[in-house]
Amino acid sequence: MKILVPIKQVPETSNVKMDPETGTMVRSGVEPIVNPLDLYAVEEAIRLKAKYGGEIIAISMGPPGAKKALQEVISMGCDEGILLSHRKFAGADTWSTSYVLAQAIKKIGKFDVILCGERATDGDTGQVGPGIAAWLDIPFSTYVSQISEVNKDTITVKRIVENGYQLVGIEKPTLLTVVKEINFPRLPTLDGKIRSKKIEIPLWGPEDIDAKIENLGLKGSPTRVVKISKPKVSRDGEVYKPNNEKETEEVVDRIIEFFEQKEIL
Amino acid sequence: MEYKGVWILGEQNKGIIQTVSYELLKRGKFLSEKLGVDLVAVVLGYQISPKELNKLIHYGANRVIYVNDQIFQNFLPDPYINSIMELINKYNPEIMLASATSTGRTVAPAVAVKCHAGLTADCTGLDIEEGSNNLIQTRPAIGGNILATIKSPNHRPQMATVRPHSNQPLEPNPGNVGEVIYEKVKEKNLKSRTNQIAFIEMKDESANIQDAEIIVAGGKGCKTEESFKMVRELAHQLNGAVGASREPVDLGWVKYPHQVGLSGKTVSPNMYVCAGISGAVQHLAGIKTAHNIVAINNDPNAQIFQVADISVQADLFDVLPILIDKLKDRKVG
Ligand SMILES: Cc1cc2nc3c(=O)[nH]c(=O)nc-3n(C[C@H](O)[C@H](O)[C@H](O)COP(=O)(O)OP(=O)(O)OC[C@H]3O[C@@H](n4cnc5c(N)ncnc54)[C@H](O)[C@@H]3O)c2cc1C
Ligand SMILES: Nc1ncnc2c1ncn2[C@@H]1O[C@H](COP(=O)(O)O)[C@@H](O)[C@H]1O
Repeated sequence: MKILVPIKQVPETSNVKMDPETGTMVRSGVEPIVNPLDLYAVEEAIRLKAKYGGEIIAISMGPPGAKKALQEVISMGCDEGILLSHRKFAGADTWSTSYVLAQAIKKIGKFDVILCGERATDGDTGQVGPGIAAWLDIPFSTYVSQISEVNKDTITVKRIVENGYQLVGIEKPTLLTVVKEINFPRLPTLDGKIRSKKIEIPLWGPEDIDAKIENLGLKGSPTRVVKISKPKVSRDGEVYKPNNEKETEEVVDRIIEFFEQKEIL
Repeated sequence: MEYKGVWILGEQNKGIIQTVSYELLKRGKFLSEKLGVDLVAVVLGYQISPKELNKLIHYGANRVIYVNDQIFQNFLPDPYINSIMELINKYNPEIMLASATSTGRTVAPAVAVKCHAGLTADCTGLDIEEGSNNLIQTRPAIGGNILATIKSPNHRPQMATVRPHSNQPLEPNPGNVGEVIYEKVKEKNLKSRTNQIAFIEMKDESANIQDAEIIVAGGKGCKTEESFKMVRELAHQLNGAVGASREPVDLGWVKYPHQVGLSGKTVSPNMYVCAGISGAVQHLAGIKTAHNIVAINNDPNAQIFQVADISVQADLFDVLPILIDKLKDRKVG
């Protein structure tokens, strides 16, 4: 079984800065990590390989430094990594990103399944997975919380939706986006870390994937970020510090009154 | 080519139009009136009654385009995507909105790729730009740390998914008139490469946190699975859903569908009551659009108080029992 895992390098969400001029992220000074939600896809790939054999290739589009993200997932158990990095790719929105990744996947050739994270914690869109599937014209499933069965031509998965779980059979090759419930990601091993340092990670640009230049980067992206603002964080709410049972009762009465004001009681 | 009209993708479950669709109609109406164009609801379903379809008109649609086929009984990506593509190519809408639900967030990105449209995810604000008449979309990003304003000036349709419950539907007006078009799509666009084998309904309604008006959530501060039951009890008293931070989920006190936050669900209830949750950025990311927040925590410096409307700096083991009792008394009394 050949498994492809698109992973993204993202800044740690807890300390992100934005450039108000360009509307893009200031990457300097922020420790980049593998998109935490992609680790579930990596883990699932490793488990599938353990069960059915085959190989796992991680792919990432990003700045040259994203090589580190690929090394990290190789040290967890991916076999190979491919880095898509080029000036012309910069500033891509989800339309253009999914185009580049799909072109790279075409170049890789035959595969059985692509596993994506549910969404990246920076852009937070969850659009790239379905986008790749659309470019490749393959069937796909989102919000996958379990891969129940893999057969020669089909995969059976459970997807979590608002009011329950949908069990679906999908023709291979397919793309799945997975949620946290699917597994518990392992940590990199020491052996893996050594291997990841030695392994060569090919660097692909637009020519390597036969990309149409007009589809790339900021220029090739239909969406434009025109403004970035900081949402008001503080609500200036009411603060209570009850010190005894009587005061606690008073606070509870205020909470109930608040429920009434907001018409939930 | 001329692109005209505002479309919303209506969602149905077992023939019943979902509330999120009425919310979208309010958004759509605001935009279509500014542009002076029609508001159209597109619905894919099976044996939906004319009465149900007419409700879309009561809630603001000028027209309903309805495709009836058995394949739409359950959600499957291929027939949804391909049918919508056929309709877009036939009518050329200038704006297409879908809900940021599991369905909308699955269909919209694939459609956007196929029709070369810009798509903005999980918007909380939509407007029309004076002069250019472009759609202006606002959305929280990076875990809710920033608000981004986005437009797609050179591509049509302009597409967006809209965060569920980020606004209220209009009051329905049974006097509204409009037309329901029963549309046929090509046979090949009804084919699916996935099939539904089974649907396991959520037995525990309290886990449907995305549709809930009221959520009572607990965190690690609840200490044990046993005492987490206080959170469940309070939710029960308020007819609300049960939410949790990641800790109680990882500890196995409560199942994953209840998890609120970055790696769980984004929620927008009218009321979010939480106890023993510190308010880590990853948790706050999921509740930025909650309309009202009541927080109980014994650490005065807890981050959760930054976003709370009512901050109660106290031991949850003191507050929750009294709150539950008083609510019970109200019911009896
Ligand atoms: C990639 C990533 C994704 C994540 N995704 C999520 C997510 O989706 N959702 C999420 O919630 N977290 C998520 N987290 C985890 C997040 O960072 C926090 O660790 C988590 O939210 C903390 O949960 P908590 O508030 O319940 O626990 P804690 O941070 O331990 O807080 C417990 C709180 O309870 C209070 N407390 C203790 N005893 C009492 C008492 N008797 N009375 C009142 N208060 C009391 C304490 O003062 C404290 O503030 C994620 C983390 C990462 C790295
Ligand atoms: N630049 C990228 N390189 C590789 N994979 C990506 C990239 N961007 C997004 N993905 C994949 O698509 C998923 C959804 O990302 P997003 O649509 O940006 O929220 C991620 O979890 C990754 O699996």
